[in-house]
Amino acid sequence: MQDRIKTGDGGIILTSAEDLLNWARLSSLWPMGFGLACCAIEMIATYASHYDLERFGIFPRPSPRQSDVMIVAGTVTFKMADRLRRLYEQMPEPRYVISMGSCSNCGGPYWEHGYHVVKGVDRIVPVDVYVPGCPPRPEALIGGFMRLQEKIRREHPLAPQMLLDMEAKAAEAV
Amino acid sequence: MLSNQEVAEELVKKFGDDVYDFEEPYGLLTLTTTREQILPMLNYLFHSEKFRINFLTDLTGIHYPDEPGREFAVVYHLHSLTQNFRVRIKVFLAEADLHIPTATELYNCANWMERETYDFFGIIFDGHPNLTRILNIEEMDYFPMRRQYPLEDATREDKIDALFGR
Repeated sequence: MQDRIKTGDGGIILTSAEDLLNWARLSSLWPMGFGLACCAIEMIATYASHYDLERFGIFPRPSPRQSDVMIVAGTVTFKMADRLRRLYEQMPEPRYVISMGSCSNCGGPYWEHGYHVVKGVDRIVPVDVYVPGCPPRPEALIGGFMRLQEKIRREHPLAPQMLLDMEAKAAEAV
Repeated sequence: MLSNQEVAEELVKKFGDDVYDFEEPYGLLTLTTTREQILPMLNYLFHSEKFRINFLTDLTGIHYPDEPGREFAVVYHLHSLTQNFRVRIKVFLAEADLHIPTATELYNCANWMERETYDFFGIIFDGHPNLTRILNIEEMDYFPMRRQYPLEDATREDKIDALFGR
């Protein structure tokens, strides 16, 4: 939006509705409060006073129904995978997933001999941003959020595809 | 203060040949008993005025695949909160007959521990109110803590200290 022309002193900005919507969405990303393992500690530290995610408008929500983004912070076990998928489906679209740390990126130290770990959360839900590290530092998580913001800035607002699919299915059943 | 000697002598007097293999690693009284005597022994230690060994700290299993006839062990760690005395009791089981009576009637906390032991070792606790998997997915069809899976290759070099600046 920076390259749009300001006209006169009236404080008017010319922009498109799409850019305005995207700007509004990326400036208030509400993640679901959801920690799975040691990465959650780094995530909590990122929310807290030292790193203060709230200056980006990022504010944890206690319910998936109020959230825009899910931070998968930690080891996803097979048992958790069902629950994680269900939580993801409860989030309203458009929704995003940040995979934080090696475990949720690819299985981490359990990638070969783990009998209980999903080898990457992208096998369960679509992932938008991968944050590497074991665990990643708070700066890395903030970097992940900024990547996600850039992604949203370039987006064209989309129809809620999963909802449309469900409605089509329901109509078919009737 | 109870001494290991005192408790061991008392148990031998009470259970005779059914307690054996006494050990004292790090000063912790360790002994072995049989499947038939484990519940009477837990009850005796619990209710005895002198011992009051009335807290089940831990219950778990071990797999010794190379010892035919006693491939599995169930281990009970007990603690007397009044005497501050600890004891460890082992019961060995054969792989063909992995049954042991449940301790849930004496210790409620044994419920989850026995489910965990079943989950990871496949040991069946007879009389348990709900012997299902507790930590792993229900569809799992193997017991992951048994020593029948290969260990990580000890010679691999992608984890050496130099690569991590140590």
